[in-house]
Amino acid sequence: MADQPTNETVHTLTPAPPAASHAARISETPLPRKPKQDRAPEDDPGIWRMSRRNILWVGGWLAFFGFIVTSTIGALRYMFPRVLFEPPTKFKAGRPEDYVVGEVSEKFKDEKRVWIVREREGFYAIIAICTHLGCTPRWLPSDNKFKCPCHGSGFYKTGINFEGPAPRPLERAYVGIADDGQLEIDRSVKFLYEKGEWGKPGSFLEYKG
Amino acid sequence: MLTQLRDQFRKTEVYKSIFRHSYQDTQRNRALQIVDNVFLHLHPVRVPRHATNLGYTWGMGGITFLLFIVLTITGVILMFYYRPTAQYAYEDMKYLMNDVPFGPLIRNMHRWAAHAMVLTVMLHMFRVFLTGSYKPPRQFNWVIGVILLVLTLLLSFSGYLLPWDQLAIWAVTVGTNMARATPLLGHEGPFGPELGLRPDNDVRFVLLGGTEVGPPTLLRFYVGHCIFLPLIATIFMIVHFWRVRKDGGISGPPPGKNNF
Repeated sequence: MADQPTNETVHTLTPAPPAASHAARISETPLPRKPKQDRAPEDDPGIWRMSRRNILWVGGWLAFFGFIVTSTIGALRYMFPRVLFEPPTKFKAGRPEDYVVGEVSEKFKDEKRVWIVREREGFYAIIAICTHLGCTPRWLPSDNKFKCPCHGSGFYKTGINFEGPAPRPLERAYVGIADDGQLEIDRSVKFLYEKGEWGKPGSFLEYKG
Repeated sequence: MLTQLRDQFRKTEVYKSIFRHSYQDTQRNRALQIVDNVFLHLHPVRVPRHATNLGYTWGMGGITFLLFIVLTITGVILMFYYRPTAQYAYEDMKYLMNDVPFGPLIRNMHRWAAHAMVLTVMLHMFRVFLTGSYKPPRQFNWVIGVILLVLTLLLSFSGYLLPWDQLAIWAVTVGTNMARATPLLGHEGPFGPELGLRPDNDVRFVLLGGTEVGPPTLLRFYVGHCIFLPLIATIFMIVHFWRVRKDGGISGPPPGKNNF
């Protein structure tokens, strides 16, 4: 701190010739101010006081991120196929009188993963996907139950779980009568017992014959 | 005569342009030989004495990397006979195991190395945890390591489908059913139905290329297994090894303790 006064004196004593001569030159020749290319005019009041450099900077980054974002969206969309080569979820399952009362039909199990059960009062369709981890259970007629080979989950003929790790009953699919009198099953329409959907129309087809 | 020829060869422009240093056993030459070679430079110039202490490092990271190389080579060899379509995949696997010369050897190498790699990655992680090698300045490398663990498991899982037998299909069915319950992304997960997700537009659909494990799934898993995941894993491995070097080399016992 003690040095500062001396510094100041030195500073004041030092002449500043460049500034002086510069000022002198300007006062001597009042040249019209050239508009600079990379700067907006100083009296421009607008919010668009942007230099060419700024516009290019913004535009460049916009283009860059625009490209990245659109190509990412495009790549994501690419992974969702439009056409599926899978069996249709809705199918006709033959005439209802061809089913025997009390029988669990495995006719459509391999192809459609659906059991069609004929009871005295009518039909219901059980989706053959174990509610534990998604394996295909087996219908064991001698034990009168569905049994999953993966982890041993067991289900009654109604689809209610009673043993093993399965946390909820098997799901039921839509069953109805098509215009031509055949049974019609739609796997994509599901009825879940735990949501109280087994009483809904479509979950059970009343049929006496 | 031979010595003369060798000495003559060493004086040639070709030799000197490739091997820039003589074998004179000086500290500087040793270091330069490592640094100036594109393959050797991946290795540290100086290896600390404790790095050779297997009791400390278990060598699990190195073994994992070795297994990754084995898997890459055997995997490429397997690609010569394996076609990733539902029609051929299982047959090609059988063909490899029964009729291709050395086919069983290569496939078994690939299979066992894959199993071993999952194990060594976990043991490596365990060792790093036990020795506290995740602590600063190595926290970031621990994160990279966790990503590599996930990639290893994904590689293992995706490879599991490729034999296209019952075991493979059902294991992947079970595994990908978890994706149904992903929050916000799966059609059976929290907020899934509210966001309008169905079996044919959620994250599982992207993984499988359909609503169930089928031919598109095989192709997707194949591409992921052979191209996408190894590429990502390689990038993360580069960062992983780089960080080991930058964070002070292979971790060892605290300095001053001669506990080996």
